[in-house]
Amino acid sequence: MIKFDSVVKRYPDGTTAVDGLDLVAPSGQITVLVGPSGCGKTTSLRMVNRMVEPTSGTVWLDDRDTASVPAAELRRGIGYVIQQAGLFPHRTIADNIATVPLLLGWDKRKAKQRALELMERVGLPTDLARRYPAQLSGGQQQRVGVARALAADPPVMLMDEPFSAVDPVVRAELQNEFLRLQSELDKTILFVTHDIDEAVKLGDEVGVMRVGGRLAQLATPAELLADPVDDFVAGFVGRDRGYRSLGFRAAGDLPLVTEPTVRLGADQAEALRAARDGWVLAVDEDARPQGWIDVRQLDPGTTVGPDLLHRGGTVAKEDDSLRAALDAALSAPSGRGVIAGGDGRLIGTITAREVVERIEAERSAGVPADTREPEPAAGSRE
Amino acid sequence: MITYLQDHFQQTVERFYTHAWLAVLPLVIGLVLAIPLGWLASRYRRVYPGVINLAGLLYTLPSVALFVIMPSIIHTKILSPINVVVALTIYTVALMVRVIADALIAVPAEVRSAAVAMGFTGLGRFLRVDLPIAVPVIVAGLRVAAASNVGLVSVGALIGVDQLGSLFTEGFTLFVGSIVLLGILLCVLLALILDTTIVLIGRRLTTWQRAVA
Repeated sequence: MIKFDSVVKRYPDGTTAVDGLDLVAPSGQITVLVGPSGCGKTTSLRMVNRMVEPTSGTVWLDDRDTASVPAAELRRGIGYVIQQAGLFPHRTIADNIATVPLLLGWDKRKAKQRALELMERVGLPTDLARRYPAQLSGGQQQRVGVARALAADPPVMLMDEPFSAVDPVVRAELQNEFLRLQSELDKTILFVTHDIDEAVKLGDEVGVMRVGGRLAQLATPAELLADPVDDFVAGFVGRDRGYRSLGFRAAGDLPLVTEPTVRLGADQAEALRAARDGWVLAVDEDARPQGWIDVRQLDPGTTVGPDLLHRGGTVAKEDDSLRAALDAALSAPSGRGVIAGGDGRLIGTITAREVVERIEAERSAGVPADTREPEPAAGSRE
Repeated sequence: MITYLQDHFQQTVERFYTHAWLAVLPLVIGLVLAIPLGWLASRYRRVYPGVINLAGLLYTLPSVALFVIMPSIIHTKILSPINVVVALTIYTVALMVRVIADALIAVPAEVRSAAVAMGFTGLGRFLRVDLPIAVPVIVAGLRVAAASNVGLVSVGALIGVDQLGSLFTEGFTLFVGSIVLLGILLCVLLALILDTTIVLIGRRLTTWQRAVA
């Protein structure tokens, strides 16, 4: 547990970076601090490992006052990941990862072994161990940054915009893997970002900070979207709140309809027989949805080929959120959202109207918006 | 030139060696002194302008003047090679302080933050993170200092320190151009040897720099 107790950071020139922060980041959870630049989120993070010393107030790590622990010792027990990874350019990947174990006086072989183990853990091929950071892509460097922070198995991790410097596709990938890692490791994580979508996706709890270093609201992502405490938070959380909050509601048992399908390679006559409202869903030999076919574009005697597939529709998994289900329906040219099982095989389809009816029914039944489900990467397809 | 070399072979070899150590010794001492000074200047921004300006000022001192006044400052004999060593050490420090300070300042902020956050303490961080990253720039500076030292050592001939520079004074008094030419060739050779040595050592220390995908 990380606990901020009336923490203030004021600089000699009179600017107040953090103003009376009270916050608990519970053990084994991801607590995200989010806010515009200048809101003091990074300063708050850096007060945990004393890279910034508080002007007043106390930062606790469990029952230890951080001010009472020698700074270097404190830091070696806290993982730290930053934007741009901050890898040591003159050290190999394995040496970078082994930094803290070696500082702690581990034997070299053991530290090396640990580094290789962590490379596997964060999804890096171990043959990169002897490369230098400049030889890796941005995404790979960021993985090394995470592995390095995990090396000495610290219970607490500080992460300062760790995924901001990579492109959106890689970012989504890193975020998903980060959630997977955390589900295995149960670290106590304080995570700073300026990106509200990232905050809502990753946080068990999200603290929104405003300029001047004050905490505006601390809540679960679903609560934050459903009930922003004031105009600042509402504005910061942004548009589409109603839609985005569906990302935290499990789809549950949806009234799916069996969808007739054709295999790729089927002929026009077969496609016409299966089509409803001019559209037919094409699947591969394992019954995995491939895309919609507009049967009016099929000439007599031709076959259903991959070039005719309409690929705009998203596929929701049956254990996804209502958001994923609604998005599947809205994005399908046929109006019928494709729902697949965990193995990727087609289960059935559902219309937007049916999803909305489910949402309405839950509202009148008073189902609270707190059934947290991992939000799927928007627009994911099979 | 060939006959001169045949007649004075032993003497020329000795002059070459003297020239070499008079250039290298100040380079090494100067580097060792410049590292802590450069660190101070990089670490304390208020110290930086003072140190850098002083270094710049020292570098503008004419070498002949420095050779001549050196004995009265450090109480050496007027013909002592120590005068040359001390004077060139001053030039090396003057040149390298700025190079080292700027190289240390240029260590990326996120790398420095990461080092602090990993729990490196002062000296450990300097020796294992900041200094190694500054090596490429320091090597570039050393190459300039080495070439400059080889040139400046020959000026020492004017105060009677016998080395390759003596070929210039001899050639001038005897009015024999080929002796001067020999002096120039040997100075260039020495400078090339030093430069190559520094480059090779630099490469050994910076394998990471050439390792790009």
